[in-house]
Formats: sequence, C-alpha cells, structure tokens
Amino acid sequence: MPEELKVGCARPTGGPVGEPAKSDKKEPATPTKEKSAMIMIGKKAPDFTAPAYHAGKFTSVKLSEFLGKWVVLCCYPGDFTFV
Amino acid sequence: MSVDSVFVHKMWNDVELSKMVKGGVPFPMLSDSGGKVGAVYGIYDEDAGVLTRGRFLIDPDGIIQGYEVLTPPVGRNVGETIRQVQAFQLVRNSKGSEATPSGWKPGKMTLKPGPDLVGKVWEVWKTDMAFD
Repeated sequence: MPEELKVGCARPTGGPVGEPAKSDKKEPATPTKEKSAMIMIGKKAPDFTAPAYHAGKFTSVKLSEFLGKWVVLCCYPGDFTFV
Repeated sequence: MSVDSVFVHKMWNDVELSKMVKGGVPFPMLSDSGGKVGAVYGIYDEDAGVLTRGRFLIDPDGIIQGYEVLTPPVGRNVGETIRQVQAFQLVRNSKGSEATPSGWKPGKMTLKPGPDLVGKVWEVWKTDMAFD
C-alpha cells in the first residue's frame, strides 16, 4: 500500500532502492570531481543564465544584464513550500 | 530561484502568490532545474535535489556584498534584507567614507572611519543603538 507522505518544509524526493549497481569502472586514484571555487563576499558573483517566468511571459534572465543595478538573488527549496 | 520549472512558477504565481501580492510576483522567478547555478553559489543540496534558502546581495559592479543561507524550515526576514541593501547603498554613495555601525537603519548616525575615530567609538556610539 502506498504510504501517505508526511508533509514538511522540504520537497519530498525519492531515490533508487537496494544495493547500488556495481560498476566496472575502477576508482580513479585521485578524485576527479571538480572542486568549484566557493563564492566570496567582495568577489564577482558568478554569471549565469536561467529560464524565468515574469509578468505573464516565459523569458531568459542573465545576471550580467543587471550590471548597474542592485540585485537580490533569492533561492528557496520549492514552489508551494510553506515558509 | 528554485529547481522548479517555469511552468510550476507560473502556476504558483497565478493560483497562490497573486492572492498575496496584488498583480503577482513583480520580479522574475528563475528556474535552476539541474541545480547547476545553485551548486556554483554553494547552496544546492545534492541529496534533496533542491536549493536551500540562500540570499545574495550583488552590487551594481556585480560584486557579492553579502549573503545569508538558511535550512528550509526557517523563513527569512525581508526587512533585514532591505536594511542591508540600504546600508550598502549608503556606504557606496559615500565612496567608503562612511560606515554603518551595528543596529544602523536609515536615519540613524553613521561612523566616519579615520585616525580620529580610533578609540573614540564609545563616545559616539552606545550599545542601546544596536537595538531598535
């Protein structure tokens, strides 16, 4: 029977069940995962583009288009969350 | 900005947010569906697949002047965000000649850092000024 999900402030997510599939790939001797440079106050905000909904239209927003203005970039876990 | 698609943004704005704010959300609602932008800004929660409550203040030169990050269950204080923008704007307009002490808000006194102020802050700034 499907269990009713407890509703909280985070977006419910799922994931694969059971043992992770074995991979033939050998573990690289050194981790290859790119270490992204941490953002810093006093340093340039990394530029990006993102699709957006604004004033009834679907648009694309590029951060650097706002040079010359103050920007508040505000992130949150999900639409229809409660806080 | 969240990991939701622009279609979900539209529905949230149209069916709910527009009932809280007349005319709906006045600024662009951005979609970061892969969390790539959030990852660069250090606020993408890979396990949950969502962005955390990160808020960044970026000045007209594209420089990050401040940020705040909270876990999902605690909401932000928008008034504090606006106060910080006002303080950063004042400092920028003064070309760095003025600074805003703890508890500053528009109308309260600022400090003018320099040799004459060293050891003399206590004369012009009192601890009760840290509070509203």
